[in-house]
Amino acid sequence: MHSPKGWLPKLLIAVVVAYLSILILLPIAAILQGAFARGVETFLNALSEPQVIAAFRLSVTLALVAVVVNAVFGTIIAWVMVRQDFWGKGFFNALIDLPFVVSPVITGYMVVLLFGRQGWFAPFVEATGLKVAFALPGMLLVTIFVSLPFTIREVMPVLREIGTEPEQAAHTLGAGGWRTFLRVTLPGIRWGLLYGISLTLARALGEFGGVLVAGGGISGQTETATLFIFAALDERQYIAAYAVAIVLAVVSFVVLIGMEILRQRSQVTQ
Amino acid sequence: MAVMANTAATTPLAAPTKARRVSRPWGQWSLRAVALIYLSVMLLLPLAAVLNDGLSGGLSGLWADITRPAAWAALRLSLWTAAVMTVINTIMGVLTAYVLVRYKFPGRSFLNAIIDIPFAIPTLVAGLMLVVLYGPQTAVGGFLKQQFGWQIIFAPPGIILALLFVSFPFVVRTVQPVLMEIDTDQEDAAATLGASGWRTFRRVLFPAIAPAVISGALLSFARALGEFGSIIVVAGNFPLRSQTAAVYVLSQIESDNQRAASAVSIVLLTLAFSLVFVVDFIQRRQEHDA
Repeated sequence: MHSPKGWLPKLLIAVVVAYLSILILLPIAAILQGAFARGVETFLNALSEPQVIAAFRLSVTLALVAVVVNAVFGTIIAWVMVRQDFWGKGFFNALIDLPFVVSPVITGYMVVLLFGRQGWFAPFVEATGLKVAFALPGMLLVTIFVSLPFTIREVMPVLREIGTEPEQAAHTLGAGGWRTFLRVTLPGIRWGLLYGISLTLARALGEFGGVLVAGGGISGQTETATLFIFAALDERQYIAAYAVAIVLAVVSFVVLIGMEILRQRSQVTQ
Repeated sequence: MAVMANTAATTPLAAPTKARRVSRPWGQWSLRAVALIYLSVMLLLPLAAVLNDGLSGGLSGLWADITRPAAWAALRLSLWTAAVMTVINTIMGVLTAYVLVRYKFPGRSFLNAIIDIPFAIPTLVAGLMLVVLYGPQTAVGGFLKQQFGWQIIFAPPGIILALLFVSFPFVVRTVQPVLMEIDTDQEDAAATLGASGWRTFRRVLFPAIAPAVISGALLSFARALGEFGSIIVVAGNFPLRSQTAAVYVLSQIESDNQRAASAVSIVLLTLAFSLVFVVDFIQRRQEHDA
């Protein structure tokens, strides 16, 4: 890397800075200005409405459950994909990335198709009385689906890097499978796992299209923070919409940046 | 924060050691069963449900549902806006990665940090931010409309802008690590031998980063085809005009027209599925060569 000499590098840097300003920085400035246009107090009042608090509570709950489920299954899947060999492994490996590119609307629609009135699992829904579509369980399924790949994709490269030797050594010394996992594997993949969890959390908090279709966005019942923003825009409550949007964006950003800093620090100390 | 773009990009399938293959205790079998059943139930079963519903009227029924004017227009709008976004995003992504890796300038680390912002910001919020800045009633949006007659929001330019925002990190973050590994010696040598800057880029740099560029571009295209949160805010829901495929699916679900929703979903899923497998293939071939 060198300091730019001549006009071409300066031009290239200017183009990149201008592009990022138009695309990312100016829109952020605009929404901040819009949210605080009527003062900090209006902004804070908007956030302390009971409907807003309920929406945040629901978003956080869904995200936390998705984190736990994806951390457990994600670690198992990553381990199986890295340490085992079997027919169809390549297919499953590519399949894992599918939630990255499936439209969230379709994700929500899948829940409706499976658990709706004419769905494949309609008899199950009727027998147990557990409502899934247009209710919280359906929204939870959507949230788990959209954030499924993150833990797997962060843990896999770390597992590969560690190799099988530490696990085999523990095995030779007489440690059982569970104990080997807790004492050897888990500490090894700790940072990858934590980073995957933070990505899962950020993605789950921001989910919108899927929970809209699967939950219906019923105020006070199935309304998450993103669904609240959507409803508030419809009712022209702009300050409330901007305020919730900013809080969501800041929380997700802090989660990701915080984890990145932690990870870099751990790499320095090692 | 080399996130989504890289995650799909760095998944070589290392073969397990021989020792493992010989001993196969029941614990390993059950873990594999858990992993594969979970993936099948979570990913394959819902896909099957959509396929089953969309094909309930046979292939001709599916075709009729796809070629309905509103459905066809929505698919075309999604495809061309995603294609335009991919071209711009690829050029700007490579340029941004190059500038960040090769030049030292004040504000460089700040620039590097804001690249990941689109991954952190919910896409609905991203769309909202663009409307607040470029909407018809705002200072910037009003100016563009009056001076140049450009309408951005509720029109295709707004859709492209939103897609550019949400997929910006894909190309940058796949190309950046590859560029970092390439020694500047090769570029310097080409320059010493009298090659122009453009020629050096085309002959030396581009072949090295091409697989990463193509993977990043395809992933961002696949991701953009199904984008919803930012689009619904930026483009609204006007059939035949600014209704993208994902928004069309939503409106069909809302009007209880399941088969029409399933038909367009099948098209989107097929495209997404194929692109994911193409990217996987490119990556694996690259691993193989290396």
